[in-house]
Amino acid sequence: MSEPTLLIRDLHLSFRTYTGIIDVLHGISLHIAKGERVALVGESGSGKSVTARLIIGLLQMARGTRVDGLLQFEGRDLEKLSQSERHALRGTRMSMIFQDPTSSLNPVYTVGAQFHEVLRRSAPGIGKTQAMERATALLDEVLIPDPARVLASYPFQLSGGMNQRVMIAMALANEPSLLIADEPGTALDVTVQAQTLKLMRDVVTRHGTSVLFISHNLGVVREFADRVYVIYKGRLVEQARTDDLFDNPQHPYTQALMRAIPRITGGGIPDIEEASERFHEPLIVHESCGEPGGAR
Amino acid sequence: MSSVTRLILKRLGISLIVLIGVSMLIFTIARIIPGDPARIALGPSASPEQVEVLREKLHLNEPLPLQYGYFLADLARGDLGVSLYTNRPVTADIAQFLPATLELVLLAGTMMILIGLPLGILSARYRNSWIDGTVRVISILGVSAPSFVWAVILMLLFAYFLPLFPVAGRISDSYAIPSVTGFLLVDTLAAGNIAAFANALSHLVLPAFALALSGIGQAARLTRANMVETYGRPYIEMARSYGFPERKIARRYAFRPSLIPSLTIIGLDFAAMLGNAFLVEAVFAWPGLSRYGVAVILRKDLNAIVGTVLVISAMFLIVNIIVDILIAIINPRIRLSQRST
Ligand SMILES: Nc1ncnc2c1ncn2[C@@H]1O[C@H](COP(=O)(O)OP(=O)(O)O)[C@@H](O)[C@H]1O
Ligand SMILES: [Mg+2]
Repeated sequence: MSEPTLLIRDLHLSFRTYTGIIDVLHGISLHIAKGERVALVGESGSGKSVTARLIIGLLQMARGTRVDGLLQFEGRDLEKLSQSERHALRGTRMSMIFQDPTSSLNPVYTVGAQFHEVLRRSAPGIGKTQAMERATALLDEVLIPDPARVLASYPFQLSGGMNQRVMIAMALANEPSLLIADEPGTALDVTVQAQTLKLMRDVVTRHGTSVLFISHNLGVVREFADRVYVIYKGRLVEQARTDDLFDNPQHPYTQALMRAIPRITGGGIPDIEEASERFHEPLIVHESCGEPGGAR
Repeated sequence: MSSVTRLILKRLGISLIVLIGVSMLIFTIARIIPGDPARIALGPSASPEQVEVLREKLHLNEPLPLQYGYFLADLARGDLGVSLYTNRPVTADIAQFLPATLELVLLAGTMMILIGLPLGILSARYRNSWIDGTVRVISILGVSAPSFVWAVILMLLFAYFLPLFPVAGRISDSYAIPSVTGFLLVDTLAAGNIAAFANALSHLVLPAFALALSGIGQAARLTRANMVETYGRPYIEMARSYGFPERKIARRYAFRPSLIPSLTIIGLDFAAMLGNAFLVEAVFAWPGLSRYGVAVILRKDLNAIVGTVLVISAMFLIVNIIVDILIAIINPRIRLSQRST
């Protein structure tokens, strides 16, 4: 089996605050193979976003964070890289999509100008004309009807769905091998969200990009991911191929999440039945899930 | 017509209306406060007949609306009347004193922007560090004392105890510089006299800095506050996730958007300097319009009061228009909304 794009082993995270130390991740292990789309699902506050920010390397910079465990990206131990080597990966080899597309774009620059900055990350000397050509091609790929107009627009002039497509195109602009999507489009209309997710799936499939897809909603995950990790209070409780998980959820917490899937996909945070002691039961790994080296 | 031209025309129109309103107000106020301007001008020894002649000449015996009509008619010809204090046309007085004030206020405004904004940016970028702490103490000091207090303190420190700068005036008497624009910094350069330029500048530094200090503090605090808020926005995190350098994030992602709310207040502070200049000019014996304004108010010099107030209001409005244009330039929302109307 070839090198996984991302390999996380026994990742621990705690924050030192005025009131004491808060443990947020209690040893998470997961991997994403080349071109694989993996979902990380759990209720809000379970530690999904912090995991994403540890991978991209933003959280390590904050004061009072303590990180432990192995974070390996394309075979390289991220924590052993120098600051600048790590920095060089961001926006080039790995990129990220955020929850609210419109407020994640800079309000005072045009979409085109922001594309130019992103493209400069991998081609520092790229000129405006070239950048706009490349951006147009990228926007074409996410089925934006009039790329020239969109490039000349400011984010507030575009719809949420349009900005979401812009974000997807930007995230893929430098051909990253890993895309992290943290609850993408949760701020959007349900149908628009479904449309852009399908679009995103098609594009990443074409590019062979590995994806870590984060959501609090199992329903959204079903169409998108090859495999699912379920996280509860900083611990993984179940992992399986998506079909297997939906056919046969085994962990009590997964079953609770499953029951909480809203009738129509998307919308607010699903109501999860009251936390039960049983949610703390140990990790359940379905067969042939392929966690190399075994998971905790 | 471009959106910015449209904005300028609109604001000019509004400003004209405001100026007319101000002129009515100050015209009325100047005439209803107690004291007979003719008597004050002629002094206690003048005979009642002499006073009466002057009152007649100044139309003071006519009803107020008619007086205002005379005033408007003169104004249309660019005539603001004669000052009873200097016995010269008010326009000539203003032309003489205004450049000194503008020079002072413009340098103070430049200091406010070139010192205040960078301090605020540093403070926000390194928030909660010692840099932030230092900047915040400086800005609190700046805003907590009025300009004339700083004028006195600075003068004592840097002109008296440590004589780095001259105590008063615009330029040393030994230089004879022909007045072309009235701006000494410009005139000395035009005359090719570098020594005189340096001398004028050294006279200008302390009063301008005293006038600028509270603005510097205000600009730094405001920039910091708005930038710290902007640093919490999602697009900052997105910029970081793309690995943009922190310097670029500070400038293009945190500072640019937060300049929009800061700019309005910075503009108002800048305009307020015209008023604050009164006392700073008094402390530094600066021969500017503000000092002239105080003198003519004390002598109830009607024409001069109205003229001075009008000119200062016009300056205020011009500053506001400039600020509005700057905001429209940096804020695409406003720029684009102008286009559709
Ligand atoms: N900077 C921080 N300091 C202290 N606690 C934090 C910090 N960031 C996140 N947390 C805590 O970590 C937990 C996980 O947060 P997060 O990963 O954002 O959850 P989610 O799964 O909803 O994305 C939450 O309980 C949150 O309060
Ligand atoms: Mg989250």
